[in-house]
Amino acid sequence: MIIQQIFNGLTLGMTYALIAVGYSLVFGILRLVNFSHGSVYAFGANIVLYLISLKFGLGPAILIGILLTGVLGVLVDKTALEPLRKQKAEPVASLITTIGISNIIVNLLTALLGSQKRAFPSLFPAGDILVLGIKFTYTQVGMFVVSLLLMLILLLIVNKTTIGLTMRASEQNIKAAQLMGINVNFVISFTFFLSGLSAAIAGALVSSYYGMTYASMGYMAGLKAFAAAVLGGIGSLPGSLLGGLIVGVTESLAATILGSEFRDSMAFIILIIVLIIMPNGLFGAKSIKKV
Amino acid sequence: METEQNTKTKFSDMLPILFHKYGWFMVGGIVLLLLALPLLNLNSYLMNILVKVGIYTTLGLGLNVLVGYTGLVSLGQAGFVAIGAYTTTILTKQFGVNFFLAALLGAFLAGFFGLLIGLPSLRLKGTYLSIITLGFGEIIRTIIIVWQPVTNGPMGIRNIPSPELFGTKLTLYNGGLFYLVLALLILVTLFCQLLINTKTGRAMRAIKGDETAAIMMGVNVTYYKIAAFIIAAVISGLAGSIFATQLGYIDQNTFTFDMSTIILSIVIMGGMGTIRGMFVGALILVVFPEIARPLMDYRFVFYGLVLVLMMRFRPQGLLGWKDTAPYPVSKNAFNLFTENKVSFSKKLKRALHSETRTE
Repeated sequence: MIIQQIFNGLTLGMTYALIAVGYSLVFGILRLVNFSHGSVYAFGANIVLYLISLKFGLGPAILIGILLTGVLGVLVDKTALEPLRKQKAEPVASLITTIGISNIIVNLLTALLGSQKRAFPSLFPAGDILVLGIKFTYTQVGMFVVSLLLMLILLLIVNKTTIGLTMRASEQNIKAAQLMGINVNFVISFTFFLSGLSAAIAGALVSSYYGMTYASMGYMAGLKAFAAAVLGGIGSLPGSLLGGLIVGVTESLAATILGSEFRDSMAFIILIIVLIIMPNGLFGAKSIKKV
Repeated sequence: METEQNTKTKFSDMLPILFHKYGWFMVGGIVLLLLALPLLNLNSYLMNILVKVGIYTTLGLGLNVLVGYTGLVSLGQAGFVAIGAYTTTILTKQFGVNFFLAALLGAFLAGFFGLLIGLPSLRLKGTYLSIITLGFGEIIRTIIIVWQPVTNGPMGIRNIPSPELFGTKLTLYNGGLFYLVLALLILVTLFCQLLINTKTGRAMRAIKGDETAAIMMGVNVTYYKIAAFIIAAVISGLAGSIFATQLGYIDQNTFTFDMSTIILSIVIMGGMGTIRGMFVGALILVVFPEIARPLMDYRFVFYGLVLVLMMRFRPQGLLGWKDTAPYPVSKNAFNLFTENKVSFSKKLKRALHSETRTE
């Protein structure tokens, strides 16, 4: 029973990791917690469901939905955050702006689609595999594999490609990167695009796991993923993965042992403990503020 | 370009002068008007909105101490409101405690939680602190759900009694609730007005201006940050206890993140660090969704739009303007604190340089 719950937690944790990556990537470059990320995730799930309902095939619907969500991520940056950077506004201004954007996206989704929960089709065949007495559904296995593959691809992009190199350069010193001829605004847009993509994929996976989608689904998931990102050390991709898994497992254990009311607050308890005891997380670099 | 900007700023330049000269007349007039309002026998719908505006103004003033004065963004104000509301309601309903005593106890408890939430500010800054407050708000909601014997869990508490003063019930219909909110509002406004110019208020504003500089000047940053949290929590708790009696029914969904967002929008819209701004912000943000009912669900987008557009085009808020301090400050000194881009070492160098020159 407990082992079963741990595996359930791991599959959920993988999707949290995918969302957490979005926080980490953006934070790495802009030193900004992108509060709108949870709503981008919700947008991803909802747009995929909407496109599926238009009936031009599951594959194209998911693909277009994911790309659109990536575009939304870029749009958020271009319309709201880039002007603030140009104005050299205070960090608080960007933070409040992302809260506002999140509010706009969620309320638009609610207004357009309604606040009710809508059924999401299963992306994987029904049925399950029994290994050592633990039951895996195909959905769980599919979720785990897809998320893991994506994490690996993201790691490859960041660590092995030219654009990844420019991302890492911008992360270290955005001004120096600019002086080296890197188009920093493009890098930032690309980062938002990547984080939007991974959020949308996580959204589609989680929706098919629970079999439903709703407008405000991004709030809790976003916060849990943020907790995961902070736990792993915000800015670090392996950290996000580990953080996501830990949050997922704790959550499903808490739900079975303490009762399902505790499911949602576990992430916050982890978050608060981590922030107070080791604000830099498991893999985070120690930040030194120069004055 | 230059001239265009000059003509543009003219009106907003006049506003501070207007407020400076006629501020007290305006305040007096508004208070008199408000005192006379219930005599007009407005219908209960309008009174309800007015009371709500009053409560949200108070909440805005509370958060303003954090965001406006001290520069700490709290996203969990709803948690403090919930503590005030639940404590007062449970004490009055289950134990028959007098409303005012219960409200004080509720505010005290909220203040205690403010202290707890303020403590992490010892180590955390900026966004991280905001996230902690957000987590706090959610944990309070979980406690409400889980602690069923006391809070009645997700079923909520119904039939919350109206506060009584000298045997008369203060309800919406006899205007008592309105006067109660007005009294709280005036008290809180006076408190905030007095606070700004005390040592505490100055220290808080110094922290907002530049925390590192404040530390250098010997300001006990942690102490004042915690103080700001406690003040904000107490004000929110007081407003919460009245809010509960106005609603008559509370459950965990009364105090969601949306509520915290609305309070934050009020502060941002009115103008961080101003008192007048909270009134205008609350009035607009509470009344707008009522007027805009034909827009249906789309009207809730308004709160988010307010945050985004204000940050983009008028970060100081509708009624915020640059400080018109009556004492002379050289232009150089002003640049010293507003230029964020200049590193602190440069600021220090400049400061030292100008000091040696005067010597």
